[in-house]
Amino acid sequence: MYGILASIVDGVLVGLVYGLAAMGLTLIWGVMDVINLTHGAMIVAGMFALFLIVQAFGVSPYLALPPVLIGGFFAGVLLYWIAVHRMVGRPPLMSLLSTFSVNLVLIGIGTAVWGTALFNVNVSLPGLTVGRYTFPGGHIVAAVLAIVIAAALYAFLHYTRMGKAVRAVANNREAAELVGVPTTRMLAISVGIGVALAGVSGVLIGTLFPFTVLSGDTYELKGFVVTVLGGLGNPVGALLGGVALGLLEGLVAPFAPVSWTLIIEFALFVVVLVAFPTGIFASRRGSL
Amino acid sequence: MLAIVRRPFFWIIALVIAIFVAAPLIGDDVGLRESLILAALYITLASNINLMLGYAGYINFGSIVFYGLGGYICVWLVSAHGWPLGASLIAAGIGVSALALLFGLGILRLRGAFFALATIGVNEGVQAFAENFTPWGGSSGIYMSPAAFKPLGGPAEALWIVYFLMVAVMGLSLYLSYGIKSSKFGLGLLAIGQNEDAAAILGVPTPLYKALVYSASAFLPAMAGGLFFFKSAFIQPSDAFDLTLSTEAIIVAMLGGQGTVTGVALGAYLYEELRGYLLTSETFSHFQLVIAGLLLLVIVLFFPSGLMGWIYSRFPRLQKVLP
Repeated sequence: MYGILASIVDGVLVGLVYGLAAMGLTLIWGVMDVINLTHGAMIVAGMFALFLIVQAFGVSPYLALPPVLIGGFFAGVLLYWIAVHRMVGRPPLMSLLSTFSVNLVLIGIGTAVWGTALFNVNVSLPGLTVGRYTFPGGHIVAAVLAIVIAAALYAFLHYTRMGKAVRAVANNREAAELVGVPTTRMLAISVGIGVALAGVSGVLIGTLFPFTVLSGDTYELKGFVVTVLGGLGNPVGALLGGVALGLLEGLVAPFAPVSWTLIIEFALFVVVLVAFPTGIFASRRGSL
Repeated sequence: MLAIVRRPFFWIIALVIAIFVAAPLIGDDVGLRESLILAALYITLASNINLMLGYAGYINFGSIVFYGLGGYICVWLVSAHGWPLGASLIAAGIGVSALALLFGLGILRLRGAFFALATIGVNEGVQAFAENFTPWGGSSGIYMSPAAFKPLGGPAEALWIVYFLMVAVMGLSLYLSYGIKSSKFGLGLLAIGQNEDAAAILGVPTPLYKALVYSASAFLPAMAGGLFFFKSAFIQPSDAFDLTLSTEAIIVAMLGGQGTVTGVALGAYLYEELRGYLLTSETFSHFQLVIAGLLLLVIVLFFPSGLMGWIYSRFPRLQKVLP
């Protein structure tokens, strides 16, 4: 019983990081109804940036966060102009295909350069011991950082002029344009922020688990599950959805082999989508 | 049904099949046969993905699941239960189609982008199932004993039989695409692709039609998978559910022109040629995915109606003859 409790707490810690990973996905969806299929590749890019920075400078892994945040933002703006700009407002099929093809290119380059070998970044932090069980320090720090970054996003969206403009564009693009919001720039900025969040979550996941070039698919899928749990287009819901997913993983872990987790999560994904098309934690759609 | 026989396109497909059958037989050319079997496989997969993508406007990122599952059922029936190849293939086709109908009724309640996400999940889920299912050998897969080729007259003869069956599957795929496109069912699907709400209001039973086409698009790829893995006498999860192949099928359909029958076949042939060149060239062989991705991006951004779209705009009359 005690072991299960510990497993659940650890699940919640990891779930907060999943929530952060899904936040970028749901932000882009909420603002322009585009599902960014490069999300997994961007998470992997964050992981490899972490690996390269730690290897080259030997600094603390968490110092990789600021450069990845900035680099991710510019990569996102570039992605917007290459693959998304012409697709906004067109059938979802086209934006799915265009982001999917960029994903192919990124993964193709990744496998050509690094192969599919397993990479690992060591985080040596003291754990927090409660009774017989020790929570890894890395998990605690990652969870706290995830909450801090999510809070920063919330503050940006609600208390800055630019954040309010992004929300206005999400609510009604034409009306926003009419009152003088530069909508195209806001769309580009939203994709930038979305990709930066993917990169940052990649860094945090990279400090928790070993990764390969192809790891992105798993986390992208988890991101979708989190997103539908939290409600599409709702970044705060994403954090709650992440916690829910982490809880589930923590509950399942003691009873089933790890390889079944993804099947259970996917089944959940379909059931939630069919039963609650707007998400469990979403009060209404577009509550960005 | 009979009316279709009188149309020229029916005979054009028949001619393509005849060429596929005759070309390697003349001169007993095994190398040509091996490259044509790949072309037939691409045409099969792309035609069936086109039923969803081009007609109903639904993108299935995980269509490889039909192929892999068909391969598993066929190889398993042949090696563990001693079924003959023909019966195993039909069982694979029917089994996977029935499963697809079941899945389809569930996940096709999801619209547009959600459906696309769910298809990625279906593939991951089924792959994880195959990796954990002991009768299918878990992650190490199933090896077929060479004795399985005996009833077909030995390995060399078996390869020819597999080739002709693959060409038959390809032919059936083309006829299926054509048949659906010229039917009331196809009209309903095209209406769904244009505007699903409007189609529903006009009386198209959209959930049923979508589930039916999802199921129909599973039947022949499952048989193709069965043939392919019977041919290699070995199946494992990472090969069976390799997303590269279904990704290529999407590129093929977009390259030729989604929603057209001719275009998809033409696209498959062109892509096969391109791929053959890329794989043999030193510099490019590592970057096959990169080039495939760039190709898809350029098509989606600048030529969304593909090769046939360009041909139709130059020669509008061809649209009637070559659908």
